[in-house]
Amino acid sequence: MNAPNLFQYCLHLADNVLILSQRNSEWCGHGPVLEQDIAITNISLDLLGQARNMYQYAAALYNKLSEEEKSAVEFLVPRPWKIFGRELTEDDLAFLRDERQYLNLLLVELPKGDWALTILRQFFFSAFQIIFYQQLQQREDAQLSAIAEKSLKEVAYHLRWSSEWVVRMGDGTDESNRRIRNALDELWSFTGEMFLPSTYELQVADEGFGVNVALLKETWLQKVSEVFAEARLKVPQQDETSGKSWVQSGGKEGSHTEYLGYILTDMQYLQRTFPDSVW
Amino acid sequence: MVVATENMTSSSVEEQKIWQILQEVKDPEIPVLSIVDLGIVRSVHYLPSNSGEPGVSKRDGRGEVTITPTYSGCPAMDVIRMDIRLKLLEHGYKNITVQQSLSPAWTTDWITEEGKRKLKEFGIAPPNPKQQFCTSEMFKEEAVQCPFCNSYHTKQVSRFGSTACKAVYHCDNCKENFDYFKCH
Repeated sequence: MNAPNLFQYCLHLADNVLILSQRNSEWCGHGPVLEQDIAITNISLDLLGQARNMYQYAAALYNKLSEEEKSAVEFLVPRPWKIFGRELTEDDLAFLRDERQYLNLLLVELPKGDWALTILRQFFFSAFQIIFYQQLQQREDAQLSAIAEKSLKEVAYHLRWSSEWVVRMGDGTDESNRRIRNALDELWSFTGEMFLPSTYELQVADEGFGVNVALLKETWLQKVSEVFAEARLKVPQQDETSGKSWVQSGGKEGSHTEYLGYILTDMQYLQRTFPDSVW
Repeated sequence: MVVATENMTSSSVEEQKIWQILQEVKDPEIPVLSIVDLGIVRSVHYLPSNSGEPGVSKRDGRGEVTITPTYSGCPAMDVIRMDIRLKLLEHGYKNITVQQSLSPAWTTDWITEEGKRKLKEFGIAPPNPKQQFCTSEMFKEEAVQCPFCNSYHTKQVSRFGSTACKAVYHCDNCKENFDYFKCH
């Protein structure tokens, strides 16, 4: 097993859920009605928990690497941490890495938009997470498998909630339908990145520790199509030859939209201002 | 052999005592429930110190308590971890570490009957036995009994409630809103 790759893989998985959690939490106190404000912030909390489990594991992996292995992932390690003179922790990974060291999907960093955009993004991501975790649970790594098993139950609930909202908005009023179609136009080209494996994902998958995301696309599309049919929405056609299936990517390798920098500025403010401060 | 047996016996006696003490550690969000009622204590291991020397107590040994979170992001876990150590310290157990395990994943089926009774008394509808409700299928409703008047004429107000583990329901019979500890 290539431990540096696994470390990078865990960071990618953790970054996805941390950034989406941070985005969704922007609704706290601003939800359309109280119950839904609570719902989206609860989902944020679940995602944050999943992120913590992944970062804790990533930190534990890193601390056990040999010097040579450590130098292979040097580019992912938070610079301010190096002067602390102690082992790497989950908080260092979340609060002290720079934009280019974040490996999340572009989809999760996009601004929260209106309620339709937040709902539809959550639906796309939960539909992905459920099939992803089902696979990860079967893989070789005991800790990743345990995290997947734990997260699956939560994700099932998120998927149910967001599916219901997609139907409610798609098959609702003219206004709700217009909004969710706008959200679809906005988000669709960012969904393809979920199924475009990076080098490290492929390597970890080959070793039996990770999931080859390219193989999940059909199942995901099927899930999306079912809910869209109920919601009277059309799944955009993926015509590879006409150039219409334009896919935005780069996040998994650290090339982000300008939006990520702003989230990190907000989220990392305290640890950047008072490095290594403790709650 | 004899020594080993003695150690094992005194180890399991101490473990029994620790289980008893853990009954006093409450869930900070639902203070009527102990963490044992809630089913989040997965194991207790204790290795007593070599007693016999003057001034050395059995409780000077080392113990490990393993807990599992209800939900991944449950903010009560850090508090619970601290409360376990403090409560055991009160009873003289100094060297206790608290570990977290994620698998097998916690389920509401691990809440004890006693725990379910306490929840209901507190005004929270206890979870239904785990059926098919942890699925991703849409618009699926389960019959939830009102903890106040026992009516099943209830409806869901919100899929999410004041904590990750609860949903909000309304009783059409007695008109009260109540929390439902959702099946997980």
